Amino acid sequence: MRRVVITGLGVVAPNGTGVPAFRRALREGRSGIRFHQKLQDLKLTCQVAGFPSVDEALLQSRFNEEQRRNINGVMTYGGLAAIECWLDAGLSLHDDQPDWNAGAVFGTGIGAADTIGDKLAPMTRDGQSRRMGSAVPEQAMCSNVSALLGGIFGLGNRVSTNSSACATGTEAIVESCRHIRAGMADRMIAGSSECDSPYVGAGFDAMRVTARKGNECPERASRPMSASASGFVPGAGAGALLLESLDSALARHARIYAEISGAAVNCGGQRGGGTITASNPEGVRRCIRAAVAESGLAADPVGELGYINGHLTATGGDPKEVENLLAALRLPPEKLPWINSTKSMIGHTLGAAGAIECVATVLQLHEGFIHPSLNCEDTHPQIQRIARSIPHELVEAPHLRAALKTSFGFGDVNACIVFSKWTEA
Amino acid sequence: MAKESNMERDKVRAEFVAMIQPFVRNLNPDQIQDDTLLVDDLNVNSARLVDIMLEMEDRFAIRIDDEEAGALTTVGGAVDLIVAKKRRAA
Repeated sequence: MRRVVITGLGVVAPNGTGVPAFRRALREGRSGIRFHQKLQDLKLTCQVAGFPSVDEALLQSRFNEEQRRNINGVMTYGGLAAIECWLDAGLSLHDDQPDWNAGAVFGTGIGAADTIGDKLAPMTRDGQSRRMGSAVPEQAMCSNVSALLGGIFGLGNRVSTNSSACATGTEAIVESCRHIRAGMADRMIAGSSECDSPYVGAGFDAMRVTARKGNECPERASRPMSASASGFVPGAGAGALLLESLDSALARHARIYAEISGAAVNCGGQRGGGTITASNPEGVRRCIRAAVAESGLAADPVGELGYINGHLTATGGDPKEVENLLAALRLPPEKLPWINSTKSMIGHTLGAAGAIECVATVLQLHEGFIHPSLNCEDTHPQIQRIARSIPHELVEAPHLRAALKTSFGFGDVNACIVFSKWTEA
Repeated sequence: MAKESNMERDKVRAEFVAMIQPFVRNLNPDQIQDDTLLVDDLNVNSARLVDIMLEMEDRFAIRIDDEEAGALTTVGGAVDLIVAKKRRAA
């Protein structure tokens, strides 16, 4: 089985567009959650959100005029993250021929909600479909982002889209990793994207799972692992990772951020307490165990597996996730590694969450720090027993060897990855 | 009369050539002739011909029916269609 490493990163996050800004925000514990008048005008209960800030100059530098005219929100965020990732890996944007050994798996949870809500549905309803323009099909199709990337980079290998709700981004990385391990490709752009349309969050608002109490103080609204958590804060953005076979990375002297040492996806089958919106604990535990076992760190994760980037959304799922982690890793509470929630700063970016949070995990592992988990000083009573594992301030961790990323999604689906520090020896 | 007519066509042509610039991928605007092919010479994505047609409608206050869209093959064909439509509307 070929070894797979990460040689490029790209991100469009609510608290930082581009890896340098995102890294700074993580280290400083800077929230990207803001009040949005539009959400209040639409009478949503949760009127705060984590929406990225992207300036026009960046768009002009990354996309040509035809692309700018024809991309929607999910394509804009996904394209920006992927281009940054591709360039970060030292790859060229200007090859005339397809790279038959490079591909993409790039997912989304909700996809083209803005195109469908603002254009396709109203213009069709009003009998104006004749004037919709040519770009609606390419914007509305589920594979909108991967199709965009295929053209930008000249990808000649597998180019596809995955969707597994809030596990999407992590699953895209697992799928890409397996494709390279199987010898089917040398390089894959893996990631996911979600747009900032209010149509994305409105359904969750109706479900009463978004934050009910955070409108007055946006930066305090996203409260994973807190006793006063009142639901998740919707977010948007994209994350991208360039996965590459170790041989390919070494041959072109690429910088290696980390190695994917363990990767697993599964489904709880909506049995044993699992439903379309809740996890079967046995499924979660099996997924965590499978990823850790594959990494070779299973025997004694303490000391090697030094950090967990949780799914941790600020809903009733948080205590259950902690319980499942302890059971899966067979650890007493006091021995759980550092654990934080990137969502405490950026909200829940849904389909984009796994990819953005994997970028955060790899950055922390590569640079040896653990970002603070915001807004959980009043730790949830059922999480109190692992309180000492939760960093409330930046932790410098230069000896960090491996990190676990967990993602869980509606449909009772799970995706977990162990990233290990790569060393030449 | 003929001179005025030519001037009007030249004006429409200049406006049309400027209008299609965002869709053109591989030719200097100065090299565009009446028989220049939008797709084969200018490398306009054929799917975007619909967008060019909609922009023509908005910019020149005309309506182009689907069966007339065949004129959108060459620069000259598109310009003649616009001029004819404008005259009919006048």
